[in-house]
Amino acid sequence: MRDAVMDILAERPVAAEPLLEAQSLRFAAGGQSLIHGIDLEITPGKRTLVMGANGSGKSLLLRLLHGLLTPSAGQVLWRGHSPDRVARRAQAMVFQRPVMLRRSVLANLNFALKVHGLAGRARADRANEALEMARLTDLASHPARVLSGGEQQRLAVARALVCEPDLLFLDEPTSSLDPASTQMIEDLVNAAHARGVTIVMVTHDIGQARRMGDEVIFLHAGRVAERGSLDQVLGAPRSEAARAWTQGRLYTATNL
Amino acid sequence: MFSFGDIMAEALGLILTWDRDLSEIVLLSLRVTLTAVAIACLIGLPLGAVVGAFRFRGRGAVTVLLNALMGLPPVVVGLFVYLMLSNAGPLGILGLLYTPSAMIIAQTILVTPIVAALTKQVVEDLHGEYAEQFASFGLSARERVSALLWDARYSLLTVALAGFGRAVAEVGAVLIVGGNINHVTRVMTTTIALETSKGNLELALALGVLLLGLAVIVNAGVMALRASAVRAAYA
Repeated sequence: MRDAVMDILAERPVAAEPLLEAQSLRFAAGGQSLIHGIDLEITPGKRTLVMGANGSGKSLLLRLLHGLLTPSAGQVLWRGHSPDRVARRAQAMVFQRPVMLRRSVLANLNFALKVHGLAGRARADRANEALEMARLTDLASHPARVLSGGEQQRLAVARALVCEPDLLFLDEPTSSLDPASTQMIEDLVNAAHARGVTIVMVTHDIGQARRMGDEVIFLHAGRVAERGSLDQVLGAPRSEAARAWTQGRLYTATNL
Repeated sequence: MFSFGDIMAEALGLILTWDRDLSEIVLLSLRVTLTAVAIACLIGLPLGAVVGAFRFRGRGAVTVLLNALMGLPPVVVGLFVYLMLSNAGPLGILGLLYTPSAMIIAQTILVTPIVAALTKQVVEDLHGEYAEQFASFGLSARERVSALLWDARYSLLTVALAGFGRAVAEVGAVLIVGGNINHVTRVMTTTIALETSKGNLELALALGVLLLGLAVIVNAGVMALRASAVRAAYA
């Protein structure tokens, strides 16, 4: 009898503890409410895509989750607790327009590693691995700001991943890149995901969503219009906003 | 009566033979000015960076104060330092009045607000670009300031240059607190003023030429360095 119970327990899927939780998250600026009480959980190991039209609050939500903005109400929890400095350093973010320090490619990587307390041989080894991974070894001594857009974004992704974060946020990292550069960025992100990094990415690109996503959070006018698996949200959307989006129809209503 | 050509020829002779008095005055000027600029940078760079990079209560007032202090009248600073260092003053016990140290103090007071105010502007602009990335890195205040100062280093060379220009050309404050004592506190600007009034125009002109040459050389050096940094996209 005891064995039978144990077998049943072993077969039951165990709900993973969320890595990140947003609880009743609200954000207002200039007297205007932009995010309206969002609740969501980010599951470890998943690739979550945040999608929606321009102005739906995708980038804002990412910044709130990462702690770059303070919510007007509600809270973000990291592993069930208020995020602290350690939590911040377990996360990394890649912006739509990469921010390159006025240093060489290698120095950009070293800076991130130094912030995380790595020094000496360990830092050098890790930086060289990141250069190889991003195919930037030949450009190591070049000033980062003279790289092409694609190379800068690769460096930004490598710099975010070099410190081995648990969670990587990406805000439309390939929106201004050509297919070859996009492919390289996606390869870097997918490789990180294969190593266990949880991914939260904003994208407008349905093709990229199909290549990169496990689940989708679809935003409309600062609210979660729909959330579900990639196949469900893109294949059989329940909300009118997501349905219009997937069908390429214009949808301008401000309510859900 | 000498013609301008005769005076200029004698002045150039003093420079070319590197006259002992002349060299003593030039070297003291450089020592006082460079020390004052270095101390002003040690204080003004982090102060300006903090004001430029962080929002805090009273930041606007600090900015206004720094900008206002950029125009400090040198003779007023000289008088203030004189009162502090004179025997009756609170720092009279140090015995610094009429020494190069007093001149350094006066010049530091004059240059620090210039360095701080200009640094604030440079760092504020750079921080506007870096702020989100730094927040994402989770940098501490100290890490943020040191990274901003390092990445703005070529722009800050121009800031230090502005401080150097102010200090090296300054006469009122160093005259009051240094006393223009021969072989002790006589610097280029005070000597030019004194020798002109005495009619010893060749030494005054020689120092004037050197002062001008020094300013040109330092400016050219800094500009060349900055231009190469801009070409390499580090500035």
